[in-house]
Formats: sequence, C-alpha cells, structure tokens
Amino acid sequence: MGHIQLKGVEKCFGDVMVIPPLDLEIEDGEFVVFVGPSGCGKSTLLRLIAGLEDVTEGTVEIDGHDATELPPAKRGLAMVFQSYALYPHMSVRRNIAFPMKMARIPQEEQERRISEAARVLNLTDYLDRRPGQLSGGQRQRVAIGRAIVREPAAFLFDEPLSNLDAALRVGMRLEISELHKRLATTMIYVTHDQVEAMTMADKIVVLQAGVIEQVGSPLELYRAPQNLFVAGFIGSPKMNFVDGTEAAKHNAHTIGIRPEHIDVSAESGEWTGIVGVSEHLGSDTYFRVSVDGFAEPLTVRAGGEVDLHYGDTIHLTPNLDQLHRFDAAATRLA
Amino acid sequence: MATKASRSAARLMISPAVVLLLGWMLVPLSLTIYFSFLRYNLITPGANPFAGWDNYYWFLTDPSFKAAMANTLLLVGGVLLITVVGGILFALLLDQPMWGQGIIRIMAIAPFFVMPTVSGLVWKNMFMNPVNGIFGHIAQGLGLQPLDFFSQIPLLSIILIVSWQWLPFATLILLTALQSLDQEQLEASEMDGAGSFSRFLFIMLPHMARAITVVILIQTIFLLSIFAEILVTTNGGPGVSTTNLTYLIYVSSLLQFDVGMGSAGGVIAIILANIVAIFLMRMIGKNLDA
Ligand SMILES: Nc1ncnc2c1ncn2[C@@H]1O[C@H](COP(=O)(O)OP(=O)(O)OP(=O)(O)O)[C@@H](O)[C@H]1O
Ligand SMILES: [Mg+2]
Repeated sequence: MGHIQLKGVEKCFGDVMVIPPLDLEIEDGEFVVFVGPSGCGKSTLLRLIAGLEDVTEGTVEIDGHDATELPPAKRGLAMVFQSYALYPHMSVRRNIAFPMKMARIPQEEQERRISEAARVLNLTDYLDRRPGQLSGGQRQRVAIGRAIVREPAAFLFDEPLSNLDAALRVGMRLEISELHKRLATTMIYVTHDQVEAMTMADKIVVLQAGVIEQVGSPLELYRAPQNLFVAGFIGSPKMNFVDGTEAAKHNAHTIGIRPEHIDVSAESGEWTGIVGVSEHLGSDTYFRVSVDGFAEPLTVRAGGEVDLHYGDTIHLTPNLDQLHRFDAAATRLA
Repeated sequence: MATKASRSAARLMISPAVVLLLGWMLVPLSLTIYFSFLRYNLITPGANPFAGWDNYYWFLTDPSFKAAMANTLLLVGGVLLITVVGGILFALLLDQPMWGQGIIRIMAIAPFFVMPTVSGLVWKNMFMNPVNGIFGHIAQGLGLQPLDFFSQIPLLSIILIVSWQWLPFATLILLTALQSLDQEQLEASEMDGAGSFSRFLFIMLPHMARAITVVILIQTIFLLSIFAEILVTTNGGPGVSTTNLTYLIYVSSLLQFDVGMGSAGGVIAIILANIVAIFLMRMIGKNLDA
C-alpha cells in the first residue's frame, strides 16, 4: 500500500514561503515524477513527504492515516538520496542490512532479503566491499538495495541519477522503471531532467516556484500543456512561441508550435524564412529558421538526410492540429 | 616534487632544518645517556667514575619506581577516559543549534589557554581547599564534612585538574569531526529507522573514530610528562601517591642531586614512552589509514 495525499501543505523557511498551500494525491503503485527548474521546491516537497522537514501548514496522509506528526521512520517510506548517503564504514552487506537491523528483523530473513536484493541489483559480487570501493552506478544500486529490503509503502528518489554519466543514466533509468514494474510499489521521483520525467513517469507533477503548474501523464502534458511554462518545459527541443500579429490570426496572445509539428518545403508554405544554425543528430536534423516578422527564430525538425544549408530560403507550414494557443495570462485556450 | 631534480633540490633545502633538529635532539639525548652511566652526584663533586648499569639497577629497584609507574598509567588512563567520554558528550551538546553558539564554544575552549601551573594553583586554593575552597563551602552548606582532596584522594584530584585542562582540546577536535559528518547520512539513517542512540552508535561514533584516535595519541604524548600540576599541588605526595615518572626523575636529579640516577630515569622514560607509542600506533593506528 502506498497511497499518499497532501492536503493544503505549505512550507516556509523563516519568512520565505517556499511552497504555497498545495494539494496532491498519489495513487498506490503509481510512478510519480516531480519535475521543475532548479530551486522550485521539488526536494523540499519530497522531504516533507518523507518527514525530514516539518510542514508549516496542512496534512500529509499515508494510506488514509494522518502522518503529519509521524517521524520519518514510522512512515514506512524509503528514500534514495542524490549523494546516495551510504554509510562509508560499513560493507555493502551491512549497509543493506542496516534498516532491517533497526527494525529487528530475524537474521535468516535479513540474509534472504539481502541475497534477493543483491541478485536483482547485480550486487552479489560486491557485498563485502566498502562503498568507497564501488563505482557511482554500483553505489546507486546499493542505495536502492537499502531502500528495497525494507519493503516500504513507497520509494522516494531525489535526483538519484544526476551524478552518473549519460550512458549509465539511461541504463539506470531502465532499471528503475523495471524495478517499479516488478515491485508495483508507489515511487516518487524528483528530477529536473524532463527526459527522465517523460520516459519513466505514470504521472508528472510540474512545479514552478513551489506551485504545481500541471499534473498529468507524460502524453497529456505533451499534447495539452495548460500554460506557457509547462509547454516550454516539456518536450525537447523546446516548443516555439510566437506573439503578436501571427498569434492574433489564431485569436490568441501567444501561439506555440513544437519543432516536430512544422512541415518544411522548398517551394511554398505559410511562412518564409532563412536557415540558420543546424544540429544533425543522424535520425533528425534541427534547424534554426529566422522567419520574417517573428521576434525569435523558430526551431524546426526535418529528416536526417535533408539537404539544407546555412542561408537557404525555405518555407514552413505549421500543423494546425498541433498548434497550442495561450491567452495573455499564459493559460491555454481551448 | 615529481622530477628527480626537484626532489634533490627539496632535500637540499630542508637539510639545514633537519641538521638543526637532529643536533637539538641528539646532543641532550647523548648527554643523558652518557650521564646515566656515571656515578654523578652534585653533593659529592669531583671525579665522576663510570658506574656501569648501577644507576639503572637502583632506579628500577627503588620501591617508588613501581608506584610512579602505576601512578603514571592511572593518570594517563584516567584523564584519557574522562576527556574522551566527556569530549564526545560536550561535542554532541555543542553541535546542537542553540542561542549564543559562538560565545559558548569559545568559552568551552578557554581552559586550554590557562597555564598548567596557574590552573593547578587555582584548583588547589579556590576549589579543592577544604577551608577556603568552593567545594568545601558547598559541603559545609549541605552539612557534610568537607573533603580534603589532596590528602584523601590525591591522585584523583590531579586527574580531575588535568582532565579539566584537556577536555576542551578533546571537545574541539571531536566537534570538528562531528560537524564534518554528512547530514544526508544522518537523514538516511533516520529514514532507516535508527533512533537517536542508534544514530550515535552506528553513524556518529564510527565517523568520529579517527578523531578519537588522534585525541588519544596526542594526549598520551603530553600526559606522560605531566609535571607542573603535581609540583604546585601535592609535590608528589602524600608519600609517593601522586609521583609519576616525570616527577620521580625530578626528585632524583634535583632534590637528591643525583644526576646519574636522574639521567637513568630519563632514559627509561624515553624507552617507556616509545613502547607506549608503538603499542598505541599498532592498536589504533589502523583507524588512521582507513
Ligand atoms: N533549509 C533551508 N532554509 C532556507 N531555505 C531553503 C532551505 N532549503 C531549501 N530552501 C530554499 O527552498 C527553495 C527550494 O529548494 P529545493 O531544495 O526544494 O529546490 P529543488 O527544486 O530541489 O532544486 P534542485 O533541482 O536544485 O535540487 C530554494 O529556493 C531554496 O533556497
Ligand atoms: Mg533538490
């Protein structure tokens, strides 16, 4: 069980309100990702759920019981820290055993769970090493192992992959997703990397300055961002925004169109522009195109093999089905 | 210091200092060893004939030697015990967020700056004196018989005075160690269900192990040669009950004017100190290279 509900939760550090009152419901077994720019309060929110910080106002409910006053240990949650926070003087085995030792679980049961976790996480050969003798990815897995053996109601991850290199990050991303499928336990995952959010989440919570901007599945956020912030934050490369007369044509203050929703043609199109810098990724090519009358150049996606060069004139046509319209208050127009 | 040239240049540069240090150390050491083999008493000047191992024999078989050894060990062990345990407790206390933290920390360090003779005298006359001392007044106020510290529990009194002096040192080092503990580790252990005692036992104490080792090593070196506190308070007495090895050497060479005997005692003290040092290094030095 791992149903978590935040009701009117608010957090101030001294006079500074980091999280204005906020409501959020996390269903049992869900993989929820908190995403947002640095300093927006993701870690703080996670620590409020964990009980490592006291809420200023509001209640935290876990499985229907008020847990606001409970100490972290009594909440039945396990956390994986950004710096892993392994105990340096203990072997991997003792690190993983520590929460069970604290819970006074019988020795044989401890052994069974350690070998099970070690098998799942490929740590069997490293059980007798110290954390200092492991690579970053292995330490990460030990931290996850220490969380798994407690059989918690929910896992909390605070940017667990940010210290790993790009290749390892992709690998660990898959491993964590797989772990979630196998354990079917609630997971709350904090990241500022929207690719991690899109690929792993059942539900994404987009935060800005402590405020929830939108909650939804990755595709909902991609298809129907509720405001300019979410529209700009989700999707890579970023959505293009156009204001002024072009937006007025669509009865909006701002229109947004993703790079992948613009058709490129050499002969004709709605907009005409000059090709600027391009990025060839092999499968795709992204161009910066300066369109007459637009304040900012547009980013446009084309196939991997197109023959366009710096300074060429091209014609662009936005895919009108995929056009996002926003009003002056930056909210989405239906 | 990567190339051969820079290494030999470095050696050349430090050689004057090394030679000076060696001379500084070797001359007194050789003289002490030399004197320890002479029959050399200031009361009977004149010829100082070679005496062989006589000085060593008499020093080691003197009944006060045994007592001095026991006192030295008790003194060092007692002070170490009090300062390490007390230092850990004070460090834990000072690590708590509280009002006026900076001032309190400086005040806690203050005893370390008081000279040993001064603190010995202050304790003797203002605290432990049965008539004028504060402890005596308190005891009288409670209707109890005032304790005459230096005649009833002389060694323990010295241990208390020296502990008071060294407690700040231990506290300071252990506090620094405690403050360098990663907060996330503590939070992780909190999530893992460790209560405050388990957190102390399994996380903080192992983290402080290295600092504790350093405290023990450094203090042992200084505590073996405690002298001023004994001189100004008990003069080694009553009897020999507060005479440690250092004080015994002082008695032999400067009160009995037996330079030869005193030198022999000095050499024995050097050997003992080295044995203790090697023993300590072996026993707890492991902690240092982990
Ligand atoms: N103990 C604290 N005291 C005062 N302010 C704090 C404290 N902890 C966090 N803050 C402030 O709260 C805000 C949110 O911090 P938080 O650590 O939650 O950000 P974050 O979203 O996790 O950022 P990042 O992606 O960089 O980790 C920041 O502006 C930070 O300065
Ligand atoms: Mg953070």
